[in-house]
Amino acid sequence: MSTARLVLEDGSIFEGKSFGAEVSMAGEVVFNTAMTGYTESLSDPSYAGQILTMTWPLVGNYGVPPHTEKDGFSEFFESNRIWVKGLVVSEYSEYYSHWHAVESLSDWLKREGIPAISGVDTRALTKRLREKGTMLGKLLVECEAKFPDMDFYDPGRENLIAQCSCSEVSEFLPSGKPAANASAPRVVLVDCGAKNNILRSLLNRGAGVIRVPWNYDYTGLDFDGVMLSNGPGDPSHAGETVEILKKALERNKPIFGICMGNQLLARAAGAETFRLRYGHRGHNQPVIFPGTHQTWITSQNHGYAVDPLRLHDAWEATYVNLNDGTCEGIRHRTKPFFSVQFHPEACGGPKDSGVLFDRFLEMVRDGSGT
Amino acid sequence: MNTHGIKKVLLLGSGALKIGEAGEFDYSGSQALKALREEGIETVLINPNIATVQTSQGVADKVYFLPVTPDFVTKVIEKERPDGILLSFGGQTALNCGVALFKAGVLDRFGVRVLGTPVQAIIDTEDRELFVARLNEIQVKTIQSEAVTTVEDACRAAEEVGYPVIIRAAYTLGGQGSGFCDDREELVLRATNALAYSSQILVEKSLRGWKEVEYEVVRDRHDNCITVCNMENFDPLGIHTGESIVVAPSQTLTDAEYHKLRELAIRIVRHVGIIGECNVQYALDPNSEDYRVIEVNARLSRSSALASKATGYPLAFVAAKLGLGYGLHELKNSVTQCTCAFFEPALDYCVVKIPRWDLSKFKGVSKQIGSSMKSVGEVMAIGRSFEEALQKGLRMIGQGMHGFVANHELRIDNVEDALKNPTDSRIFAVAKAFHEGFSVDRIHALTKIDKWFLEKLRTIYAVHRDLEKYDSLAAIPDTLFREAKKKGFSDFQIGRLATHGRIDPDEAMLQARRERIRRKILPSVKQIDTLAAEFPAKTNYLYLTYHGCEQDVEFSRDGKSVVVLGSGAYRIGSSVEFDWCCVGAMKTIRREGFRGIMINCNPETVSTDYDMCDRLYFDELSLESVLDITDLESPRGVVVSTGGQIPNNLAMRLHAQRVPILGTTPENIDNAEDRHRFSATCDALGVDQPRWRELTSMEEIYAFADEVGFPLMVRPSYVLSGAAMNVVSNRSELEHFLTLAANVSQKHPVVVSEFIEEAKEIEFDAVARRGEILAYAISEHVEFAGVHSGDATIVFPPQKLYVETIRRIKKIARKIAQALDISGPFNMQLLARDNDIKVIECNLRASRSFPFVSKVLRMDLIELATRVILGLPVEKPNKSAFDLDYVGIKASQFSFSRLAKADPVLGVEMASTGEVGCIGEDYYEAILKSMLATGYRLPTQKKILLSTGPVKSKVELLPTCRTLAQDGFTLYATRGTAAYLLEHGVDAVAVGWPDEPTTDKLSVSQKEAARSSLLLNALDLIQNGTVDLVVNIPKNLSSTELSNDYDIRRSAIDYNVPLLTNARLASAFLQAVCRLNHGGEMQIRSWDEY
Repeated sequence: MSTARLVLEDGSIFEGKSFGAEVSMAGEVVFNTAMTGYTESLSDPSYAGQILTMTWPLVGNYGVPPHTEKDGFSEFFESNRIWVKGLVVSEYSEYYSHWHAVESLSDWLKREGIPAISGVDTRALTKRLREKGTMLGKLLVECEAKFPDMDFYDPGRENLIAQCSCSEVSEFLPSGKPAANASAPRVVLVDCGAKNNILRSLLNRGAGVIRVPWNYDYTGLDFDGVMLSNGPGDPSHAGETVEILKKALERNKPIFGICMGNQLLARAAGAETFRLRYGHRGHNQPVIFPGTHQTWITSQNHGYAVDPLRLHDAWEATYVNLNDGTCEGIRHRTKPFFSVQFHPEACGGPKDSGVLFDRFLEMVRDGSGT
Repeated sequence: MNTHGIKKVLLLGSGALKIGEAGEFDYSGSQALKALREEGIETVLINPNIATVQTSQGVADKVYFLPVTPDFVTKVIEKERPDGILLSFGGQTALNCGVALFKAGVLDRFGVRVLGTPVQAIIDTEDRELFVARLNEIQVKTIQSEAVTTVEDACRAAEEVGYPVIIRAAYTLGGQGSGFCDDREELVLRATNALAYSSQILVEKSLRGWKEVEYEVVRDRHDNCITVCNMENFDPLGIHTGESIVVAPSQTLTDAEYHKLRELAIRIVRHVGIIGECNVQYALDPNSEDYRVIEVNARLSRSSALASKATGYPLAFVAAKLGLGYGLHELKNSVTQCTCAFFEPALDYCVVKIPRWDLSKFKGVSKQIGSSMKSVGEVMAIGRSFEEALQKGLRMIGQGMHGFVANHELRIDNVEDALKNPTDSRIFAVAKAFHEGFSVDRIHALTKIDKWFLEKLRTIYAVHRDLEKYDSLAAIPDTLFREAKKKGFSDFQIGRLATHGRIDPDEAMLQARRERIRRKILPSVKQIDTLAAEFPAKTNYLYLTYHGCEQDVEFSRDGKSVVVLGSGAYRIGSSVEFDWCCVGAMKTIRREGFRGIMINCNPETVSTDYDMCDRLYFDELSLESVLDITDLESPRGVVVSTGGQIPNNLAMRLHAQRVPILGTTPENIDNAEDRHRFSATCDALGVDQPRWRELTSMEEIYAFADEVGFPLMVRPSYVLSGAAMNVVSNRSELEHFLTLAANVSQKHPVVVSEFIEEAKEIEFDAVARRGEILAYAISEHVEFAGVHSGDATIVFPPQKLYVETIRRIKKIARKIAQALDISGPFNMQLLARDNDIKVIECNLRASRSFPFVSKVLRMDLIELATRVILGLPVEKPNKSAFDLDYVGIKASQFSFSRLAKADPVLGVEMASTGEVGCIGEDYYEAILKSMLATGYRLPTQKKILLSTGPVKSKVELLPTCRTLAQDGFTLYATRGTAAYLLEHGVDAVAVGWPDEPTTDKLSVSQKEAARSSLLLNALDLIQNGTVDLVVNIPKNLSSTELSNDYDIRRSAIDYNVPLLTNARLASAFLQAVCRLNHGGEMQIRSWDEY
């Protein structure tokens, strides 16, 4: 097994063993505190451009499930590929054990050409990222007794959304009885790098979905609601999506945004977005709806957040993160537009807030909402 | 936000430690009381367990050392008039008592509000049928089961679901009366047994081999829910979770599985209406996402204590606050101090819990483990890999194992059988299997343990083989050395493997340690912060790992810190009493301006509550770990005298490595520990000891026996099977014991001592400073010597000792304290017969009875001892036990009902798992309260079965029997006892021994014919519930009892009839019963009212 090395822009170096592809990659180093869900995270397009550190030390235990498709998309993954630039763990479990697994994590990473390093004090690394903020880094894998040299790469400068989005419009029929399809509501899913479980969550609840690219003008289509997906990177790159969204708002059809979708809706509603020091990535993020006792444990994965200060008067901030007080959602005071910073679709993570899909589809079926 | 306007709350404790209900409830109760006091609520605690931290001064406002039974609790409610009651912090005991109070209308009558989970929700989860129905309402799958009340119905239900089945008794602790049945025969046996404990049993389809997973769920009154932790059992379904190695968080579950079960847990908790904490146990199919809910515990539990320690999330504290009406989001995360309690801990370390069994302490008990609990304690190990945590844990257990490998050779005759039929050494059977070349697949097929775990164990085994390849420590490559440390190998293991037995393993350990330090392979100290370093946390909760490149904390090394070594896993002989001592020492250390550093590894303790100290190292109490920690911390010194024998044994070895030991010098500790040197000291002081000799051949032993006479106490240093100590009454017993059970040789000497019959045994607990005794407490045993001091019933202040005896004891103690220059706590055990005093042993540390005498005397001996140890000025307390106008009695709790087939007889080996201490106006009131608190019941049917054994016991019990007969008791007695009683004019009904033919075994006509000549059978009287007390005094002191006596004793246990096996104790208890019948009363007075 080759030696690998994680180099941070502050000069810190973490040595370890390579267990992924024998290539070196640069990206933005982030950490995730979830204790399960590496297959979901690695295939989550929101991690595009990032080197992912798992704070949970034992990774690979249950292997990787089959890459089968259902309804025209991957059944057990959040997309068709690994999006991270590299994976950093404390201990990689060379042996996996699970009835559903077909290959090891290492084999999957190798097949997808993604480097990975084990043997890192991920707690020390996490503390550094927490103190200094997210940093650029390089995951270098030793090749012929030396480490390749490469430049740091800042994914924040790129329009990652464009890279992760689908390239053409496609339609999905709701799951279940075909007879119901005729009356099924039609939801436009604006794909900024959407996780498959957003799609699944809509289809399983009886909605039909028209998935459109991030910069596609869907306002002329026949639809009953708009779902703004999650996606990677800096929302400021998605000016085109926001412009189309502003047009969509005119149509008064229900709109529901998740994560990047929340940031884009906020920008369309006048708010600004800013970069968090080290983001929220994990399955244990508490949110509350202020003024109520209603709380949820949520799954989160974002490096940017909404500053609700400049939201237009017709809008209001909703959920708040109980850890750091950041804005976790907004809504229109009178129209059926709302969004959340967290992931009600889970995968991975807790399903507590899945009820938001029900609320959205109720609005969609009502044709107006509240 | 005490929304219910509660001002005064009653908390029910769990009583004595027993199998299935141990120290975890001291921790949860203490946390709850702290949460209430913080709100300014007045707290009243009922708990007879006097050794607990929760019954210490300053924890609850009022403490009642009374049995947690509906009768007593009702009286306390009547007197105290609390407006709230907490039922879920005292285990099954408190919960059952609470349900009974609710059903009897007591809570309503006195307007006492149940805080937290409503009683109906508790009933819904406890009654199996209701439980299944409730879960069906929300489409949650349970194990197909039928509740039955007769053996016939059990058989029918089993035929319906098909064998194998498991049966469970409702409303019992830790799976009591449960078991797997492969066929009808087994079922009939188990069902009959279980029905003796419970009116209802459940017959279920067995899911043996499924994964067992638990979730700890919290819900507030606003319906907000979190799962604080999930845990996976290493041993699959079929082995009780209390008997299983448990890993947190789960290791083999995918995100989908984890969250499916999490969502179900929350759905259940919401539907049932829990407010507070709840545990949900699942069986998960290893080959699909299919699952079943096994059970729901609507209270704090062993698992919740483990989850609290595993995550740093104080479940009991939070649950108590939620009971007052708080929302989760309104409470602070007490670890970070900057985030709130509504979150789910993210772990960045792996936790392994390992049970501790003490089965070798019992005669006749099976070593197999299964669906009911036998373990007496547990440890928790933390690491950044499973291997690291597991090997630490196996060492923490404290049974001479050094990890998964590199142990002394374990004798397992048939490995395949040992894997298939798990025993208390299951994990080592796996090691043995690797050694014999078994593949992971084969072991998996036999054990059903998930291959992920087995592969990890195989990795450990592989590293062990790699280490063995090297001929010296120096030859081991750095990478392998480091790898071994990351896989949890101790310096001892590495030293032993690399030196191939050429040098003493303890020396090899020191060499390995030096070699490791030379190579700069050092552990990192990491924090447990509940959120995987995402936010800075003000946490002092620490562990050591070799998977680190930096320290999480800084070390001030200013000589102002003091390390206290804890007591490790609770076991027979060392349990919550030492935790009380450690917590007390820690409190004093901190109060005096030092920083207290605690090292301990037992999740059931209060000492491992990170609030109790300035730094908590949740880690091994081994020489290696303590040295690693003291190297980093450079403390002022280490306290070794409050945590029982484990720290005591480390004293000399730490001293040899230049670690400062506080208090009595390690040399003097050793002088007391070393049998020969201690004897020499006694001889020099003119202090008498029972004669003893360390002998290496049978001839020498016979010669010694001729010299001192029988009976003799025999202590082999090497035991083949059974208990390590025995008393033999004659030459043949001696021969039998030493040839069959033990081994005598030059290498394995035997200590033989004179055994003095009918001697009083006396405890002397004291604190000395530089050899001068500052304070002491003398207490006496109710039983004569021969019953282990940990099993004996202890009276303080002594009621029946001669003044002269006491004077002589004090004199002896003064001499010894001076000779050993004691500074700190110490304990002596003495024998007295006719003012002739002999010292049995002397320990220069706190003893089991320290909390008991401290609390009865209302003088904290540990505080005093700690001040001495710290070198602070102390005043000699001016308090004498003779001034007390009340009596304290400490009684032992046995868990024989959990240990199938164990002979419930007391002897020189300790067998009790816990104790209580109650206070009474007089001896009899105290004895009654304390015995009722350990589960004895008053014989209200007035029918007692007696077989009173040897003549001395018969004489002892005669006056009591006479009074009982006069009071209208029916005395059933086995032949000899009946004859004796009748001869002395006491009316008794003679009954047959178990193996005698009886009327029950005959047809009706034969019965008629034989009525005059045949007797009732003793066993029938027990089994059909005729008698409500059994007194069975063993005929002699040896282990070879007649099976008749054994059958009577065991039946009493199996059919839940109170049993007394000691004549002195039986006499005391029965006299107390008579006095109660003659208008005596049991007063309801709190501790401060005495």
